Amino acid sequence: MDKETLLTSVADKLKTEFGGGFISSEMVADYPVFTLNRDIICDVMRFLYNDEELAFQYLTTACAIHYPDNHGKELAMMYQLHNLPKNLRIRIKMFFPINDPHVPTITPVFSAANWMEREAFDFYGVVFSGHPNLKRILNMEDMTYHPLRKEYPLEDGTREDKDNSMFGR
Amino acid sequence: MSKEKNTNTDLIEKEYTTLNLGPTHPATHGIFQNVLKMDGEIIMDSESTIGYIHRAFEKLAERRPYYQITPITDRLNYCSSPINNMGWHMTVEKLLGIEIPKRVQYLRIIIMELSRIADHVICNSVIGVDTGAMTGFLYIFQMRERIYDIFEEVCGARLTTNIGRIGGMERDFSPKAWDLLDKFLIDFPPALKEFENLLMRNRIFMDRTIKCGPISAERALNYSFSGPNLRAAGVDYDVRVMNPYCSYEEFDFIIPVGTNGDTYDRFMVREGEMWESVKIIHQAIAKVKKEPEGVFHADVPEFFLPPKEEVYNNMEALIYHFKIVMGETEIPKGEVYHAVEGGNGELGFYLISDGGRTPYRLHMRRPCFIYYQAYAEMIRGGMLSDAILTMSSMNVIAGELDA
Repeated sequence: MDKETLLTSVADKLKTEFGGGFISSEMVADYPVFTLNRDIICDVMRFLYNDEELAFQYLTTACAIHYPDNHGKELAMMYQLHNLPKNLRIRIKMFFPINDPHVPTITPVFSAANWMEREAFDFYGVVFSGHPNLKRILNMEDMTYHPLRKEYPLEDGTREDKDNSMFGR
Repeated sequence: MSKEKNTNTDLIEKEYTTLNLGPTHPATHGIFQNVLKMDGEIIMDSESTIGYIHRAFEKLAERRPYYQITPITDRLNYCSSPINNMGWHMTVEKLLGIEIPKRVQYLRIIIMELSRIADHVICNSVIGVDTGAMTGFLYIFQMRERIYDIFEEVCGARLTTNIGRIGGMERDFSPKAWDLLDKFLIDFPPALKEFENLLMRNRIFMDRTIKCGPISAERALNYSFSGPNLRAAGVDYDVRVMNPYCSYEEFDFIIPVGTNGDTYDRFMVREGEMWESVKIIHQAIAKVKKEPEGVFHADVPEFFLPPKEEVYNNMEALIYHFKIVMGETEIPKGEVYHAVEGGNGELGFYLISDGGRTPYRLHMRRPCFIYYQAYAEMIRGGMLSDAILTMSSMNVIAGELDA
């Protein structure tokens, strides 16, 4: 199955199965990408997992992305799925507001999503409803913010020991 | 009277012991903490705490020009840095649409397969150490030094290599490097054979590792295992074969697979892969000889640093040098994912560029991070000493785990 047919066949199946939850589909570089409504993500994963023809049973990776200028859809989640026997790869995306960062967990379908979702929670503050153990994973637990969001610059702006005049600048 | 008491298990009060394994326990080969719930010597449950050496690579990458991200990738799986470097170069080349000459691809394959051998040598000899066999470790480690000598000759560094550049290699292999490589290929097979003779059919080693920390193929797939750990469970997924990069499709090699997914199978899969890597390197050397000599990078002056003499004497080269070093090159907008078969499995880079001098978002698919979450499930019901062995045979590398 080439990538264009994969794009249209997955899009058609998702449209008939989920109707309004499906938003758009396009080819980005060499990947078919599908944008969905966040509420149906777990059902979509289960559907793609159990579908006999598509059988996306391997979760390659998942991560969050922050677009601060994208009003009302500041945060995004990205999932990459892989059908190993047929070697088909797809990407699924969904966008949601930063004030209401709630997304259903996909851990019932993929055990591997557990830590991936904890990482997205830790760094972007995406809250996965139904997650068995949603707490910070790489940062310390008493941290009060989500450091990979774009509003946090890399260096602490309040530091005084990095005054430019000290370095002849 | 006492007999009755013992058979009635409900009345016996059980108390579990909490045991802290790590974070700085010498047997864990790195900073890993596992809080174990023990029933005597049996592990009932465990919880992993990770992040002790988290260095915020994904955040750092958002502030660095593309060529400055290569040293960050060194520090992921530092047992096979060159594979990470090459994976990153290829990701950027995919974004920029750079076509790499065949000779450079073969040079890269030689480097990547050497580092795969270095990676597996460490993992397998450490499995030996954890079963109490120090000798094999000392014998085979000499060979890893020889690989590092080759890296040193090619790029100047040994462990965190920063090898290659976007668009090719930083320089051609010197005659000495070819020489070292030839000598290594003569000396390595007998050394590996000797190492295998010590462990592979050793009764004590087999009794110790077979059925230790097993995982079924189904669970391994659900946990998104990749690399030798997945293949040990019997799934023949190898990125080199399924999504070939760097002309791997031209090479003739097999994917070793196991059946039980236990420590012994993981050991055997890595052994098999080292033999296959030697085969690939031989083929790559033969292929390099057929290509035009002296080609070590693609013709992309906008992205590949010009030679230093030209920078001083040639206006155009000076401009390109300045633009590259200051990160002022034209980077197209785009979104790419590229994966390579790292020492531990599918190492993927998901890169979003908004046309700026740095990536807008860089996500690294780190195989360790993904498969280490199955550790609790794999050691449950086993002995404490098996937990140590399971961890070393999974080749969990703290740098890759914590990013």
